[in-house]
Amino acid sequence: MNVPRRPPRSAWRSPWRSPLRGPWLTSVFGLVLLCGLPLLFLTGLLSYAAYNPDLSPVNDKTPAKGLLGFYLFSWPTHPYWLYRVNQGVHVTLGIVLVPVLLAKLWSVIPKLFALPPVRSLGHALDRLSLLLLVGGALFEFLTGLLNVQLDYVFPGSFYPLHFYGAWVFFGAFLAHVALRLPRMLRALRSLDLRAELRTPTSRTRPEPRDDSGLVATAPAAPTMSRRGALGMVGLGSLTLLVVTAGQSIGGPWRRTAVLAPRGRNPGTGPDGFQINKTAASVHLDDRDLGAAWRLTVAAGDRHVTLTLGELQAMTQYRSALPIACVEGWSTQDQAWEGVRLRDLARLVGHATDPPGVFVQSVQRSGSFRAVALRANQVRDPRALLALRVNGAPLSLDHGYPARVIVPNAPGVMNTKWVGRLTFGATDFGSPA
Amino acid sequence: MSTAPPPDDPGGPDPTGGSGDSGDSGDSGDDSGGGGPGRTRQTPAPRPPGPRARPARLFRTLYGESPFHLLALLASFALCGYAADRLLQGDWWAITEWFVGAALIHDLVLVPLYGGADWLLHRGVGKWGRAAPPDGPERSDPRIAVVNHIRVPAFLSLLLLLVYWPSIAQRAGGYYAATTRLDASAFLPRWLLVTAVLFAASGLLFALRRWRAAARTRRAGPTQE
Repeated sequence: MNVPRRPPRSAWRSPWRSPLRGPWLTSVFGLVLLCGLPLLFLTGLLSYAAYNPDLSPVNDKTPAKGLLGFYLFSWPTHPYWLYRVNQGVHVTLGIVLVPVLLAKLWSVIPKLFALPPVRSLGHALDRLSLLLLVGGALFEFLTGLLNVQLDYVFPGSFYPLHFYGAWVFFGAFLAHVALRLPRMLRALRSLDLRAELRTPTSRTRPEPRDDSGLVATAPAAPTMSRRGALGMVGLGSLTLLVVTAGQSIGGPWRRTAVLAPRGRNPGTGPDGFQINKTAASVHLDDRDLGAAWRLTVAAGDRHVTLTLGELQAMTQYRSALPIACVEGWSTQDQAWEGVRLRDLARLVGHATDPPGVFVQSVQRSGSFRAVALRANQVRDPRALLALRVNGAPLSLDHGYPARVIVPNAPGVMNTKWVGRLTFGATDFGSPA
Repeated sequence: MSTAPPPDDPGGPDPTGGSGDSGDSGDSGDDSGGGGPGRTRQTPAPRPPGPRARPARLFRTLYGESPFHLLALLASFALCGYAADRLLQGDWWAITEWFVGAALIHDLVLVPLYGGADWLLHRGVGKWGRAAPPDGPERSDPRIAVVNHIRVPAFLSLLLLLVYWPSIAQRAGGYYAATTRLDASAFLPRWLLVTAVLFAASGLLFALRRWRAAARTRRAGPTQE
C-alpha cells in the first residue's frame, strides 16, 4: 500500500471525503471527454466552413478570424446529408457530454482548493491554463445550450462567442492533453475496468493514495460503488440522448425528443415540417409576398423580372432535400419542386458554367436575409429556387412564393421569400 | 481485487529507489498534490551529475516543472491569446465575466447545491429508517439503497432541468412560439412527467429488489440452520 511519504500538514480535515475520487475515476471521465470534445470541436469547425464564410462578408459572422480560418474550404454539395449529420452530432453529442463534463469536474474538485494555491511559477501557469480549459469548456456548453433554446442572454452574437471561445478552449485542451495524457494512461491501467464493474458498494475501497491530490485523506464509507457512479453518469447521458436525438432524426422519432426544442412538428400536411422563422416573426405579409411580388434575376448589367406565373411556366425539377439547422434539429428529406438555379442563370447570359449567386430575401431586417452561394452550389442540378414542397405550394412560413434549397447547405443559407438573385455577385451592390 | 496496488504505480513507496519515470520529463506536468518539498524527490539522488544535469535541475528549481511543461503551456497560451483577443472584441468585460463565471459555476455554485441536497437526503433517510439487519454479508445498509433509489432519479431529473432550463422556464418567452409555431408551455409538464416516470421506475425497481432479497433470505434461511 502506498503510505504517504509525509504526514498531513495539519489536523485540518479535507471536506472532500468521497471514497470514489481518485486518478482512475477521473481518467475514465477524461478518456470519454478526450474522445468526445475533439469531435465536438471538429464538427464545430465544419459547421463554420459550411457557411462559406470566406466567400462573402454576409456569410461570415466572425470576420476577424484571421489565422483561425486557415482550414476553410469550398463547402461541397455532396453528400447532401453531411451538414445535417454534422450538426445533429455536434449538438446532440454536446448535450450528451454534459453529465460527463460535470462528473469530471466533480472528480477533480479537491484540486481547486489545494494548498498552497500556488507552489511555483510552473504551477501558477498550470492553473491559469486550467482556468482557460474549464472556463472555455463551460463557456462553450453554456452558449451552445442557450442558443439552441433561443435564449440569447449571452453577451453578444452567438457566432463569434462560440467560435472564438472554442479556439480558446481548444488551445488549453491541447496543452492539458499533452501534459496529462501519460498520467491518464497510467491511472487507467491502475484498476481493471471489468473488475470495477463487478464491485458492489460494500466492497468499494478508495483508490490507492498517491500524489495526485484526488484520493481522500479521510475517506467516508462508500454509499455508491464506482460501477454505480459510472452507471449514474452513463444513465444521465443516455437520458439526455433519448429526450434530444429525435429532433435531429425526424420522422416518427421526433416525438421521442420530449424536451428538445424541436421535439414536435408545427403542423401536419405538406407544410407541417419545422420552421426556423415564421413570416410574421420577420414582419412579412401578403403586401410583400402577394400579387405584387416579383423576382429579379440579374448578372452584370442584364436583369430580368419574373412573376410567379412566369417562374411556374419554366421547366420544374424535383429535389428531395432536408432542412438542417445550426441548432442541431433537422427534417427528413422534403420533396421540393421548382426551377433550377442554373436555369435562372441562363436567363441572364450564363448559358454554361454559371458563377455563384448573391441571394436576397424581401425580408427587410434580420441576419441571413442575404447570402452568397458558390458556383458549385449553383451548378448542382438539385439546387432549386423552390416554388412547391411535398406536392403543395410553399406556405408563407416556408418561404412563399419562392425559396432557395441547396443540397448540404445550412438551413439559413436556403433563403426564404427570395426577391433578387444576382449571379456573379457576392455582396450588396458588388460588381457582378 | 479493487484494493490491489496498481502494477506500475508511479509513486512507489521507496523514495530512494529512483522511481522509473523520474527521467521522463514528458509527464512531469503532473499537478502533484504532494506539496512543494515533495517535488525535490523528482531529482534523483543517485544519478551522476552529467554535464546537462545542472541546468535542468536549476530550471526545475526556478520553474517548478519540466521545460516541456513550459513549452507546452507557452504554445497553448499563444493560441488561446490569439483567440481570446478576438473573443473579447465585443463587450469584453461581460464576456470575461461569463468566461470566468463558467469556470467557477460548477465548483462554487452547483457543488454546494447538489452536495447540500445529498447531505439532506442522507440525513432525512437516516432519520426515517433504522438500520435494518443486513440481508447478507454482501448486502449494504438498506438505508443506502433507499438513498440511491432516490438519488439516481433525482440526479437524472435535475440534470434534465439544468440542460433544458431555458425551455422549461420559457426563458425565450413569446419569441420561441412566434418563430417556430411550437407551444413553449409544453416543456414544464413534460419535464414533470419525465421526473414522475423516473421516480416511479426507481421505486418499482427498489420494491422488486427488496422482494427478491427477502425471497432469497427466506430460501437461504432453512439451509443455514
